[in-house]
Amino acid sequence: MADTMQFDLVSPERRLASMQVTAVQIPGSDGDMTAMPDHAPTITTLRPGVLRVDGPGGATEYVVTGGFAEISASGVSVLAERAVPKGAMTQEHLDEMMEEAKTMYATAKDNFVNEPGPVDDAAKLLSDMVALGDHIGLSSKQPNL
Amino acid sequence: MPNLKDLKNRIASVKNTRKITKAMQMVAAAKLRRAQEAAEQSRPYTERFNAVMSRLAASVGGSDSAPKLLSGTGEDKVHLLVVMTAERGLCGGFNANIAKLAKIHARRLIDAGKEVKILTVGKKGRDSIRREFAKNLVGHVDLTEVKRIGYADAQGIAKDVLGRFDAGEFDVATIFYAKFVNVVSQTPTAQQIIPASFDTEEGAGEVTTLFDYEPSEEAILADLLPRGVATAIFSALLENAASEQGARMSAMDNATRNAGEMIEDLTIEYNRSRQAVITNELIEIISGAEAL
Repeated sequence: MADTMQFDLVSPERRLASMQVTAVQIPGSDGDMTAMPDHAPTITTLRPGVLRVDGPGGATEYVVTGGFAEISASGVSVLAERAVPKGAMTQEHLDEMMEEAKTMYATAKDNFVNEPGPVDDAAKLLSDMVALGDHIGLSSKQPNL
Repeated sequence: MPNLKDLKNRIASVKNTRKITKAMQMVAAAKLRRAQEAAEQSRPYTERFNAVMSRLAASVGGSDSAPKLLSGTGEDKVHLLVVMTAERGLCGGFNANIAKLAKIHARRLIDAGKEVKILTVGKKGRDSIRREFAKNLVGHVDLTEVKRIGYADAQGIAKDVLGRFDAGEFDVATIFYAKFVNVVSQTPTAQQIIPASFDTEEGAGEVTTLFDYEPSEEAILADLLPRGVATAIFSALLENAASEQGARMSAMDNATRNAGEMIEDLTIEYNRSRQAVITNELIEIISGAEAL
């Protein structure tokens, strides 16, 4: 069994990382999962969260939102709509993302009065954002749902 | 024959014009490099995204439960044309070519009895389309303030388009932009984004691996389709930005060369008329001396 696999993290604007790694912890929308070499081929969507990459040179963490991950036996590619190295994450970034999620929740609540589906999705996104904020130690100003 | 003073002024003014066009050409060259880099950077995302989408579309597409963004509304009555042009002129035929393609497309649709709605991005395209299709314009996105196109700009446009789609305002959406081939050649292109069409041939070869999907294939597809619209718009915007700078660069290169030729011609004319004046004076002096 190979010890390492190819890992790519790309956002629409640039390629953030492309390297050999031993494990990748992915914040999937149905729960976290860790992919290691020779993982079963899987495609999962992402929830806002922290992507942890274990490489030969230590662990790196990225904050990702939106998008999906494609896992195959030989590698993992993560396509995130927004991806920021955890160290570069600032309060402003989070506030901006929170604001977006809040607006989405508000519009979903207005547009789908009798359909719980989209409203729940937006609420989940918002609470994921809050959890993300807590996780990386930034204040996320708990919203009133 | 224009007098010497006028010619001298003409030459000075053409020289100034050449300085300006030369400067614009160099600025465009620098911007082009940046725009090309940005387009290059976004390519891995777009390629992978489309590969996954075509695989998903191939497996879910046939069923009745396929999302509307993929299968369409089942009708083909109202068309939305998203025409993306530059915010500035002085870039050769760039804006005109895109607008022309869009106009031909619009006219053909109208002749076929379809309803056409036009959303413009970039004010140059709007100005030229408004002359003929003023009543078809439904909206305009202004990117004048945007220095460097980001994904957020594309998302904004995509949100606008998707909002209209959800409200049932149109059945088919097509984007118009110029594909960057090289500095001297940009191809105006029409690309249908709703219902989404993916290059299924490319995906078909990869079906050999069976993927697990989490959550279900349908849920992933429903989540990704709106992002696909934004991705398509984003890559079109980037192509457009590179094309615009490329077109401007070659247009300004031509202008600089023309100004150079003009200066040469004017200088020859100036020298000739100066010589004529001198000859004239000499003749006058000589004939004056002979008359004595």
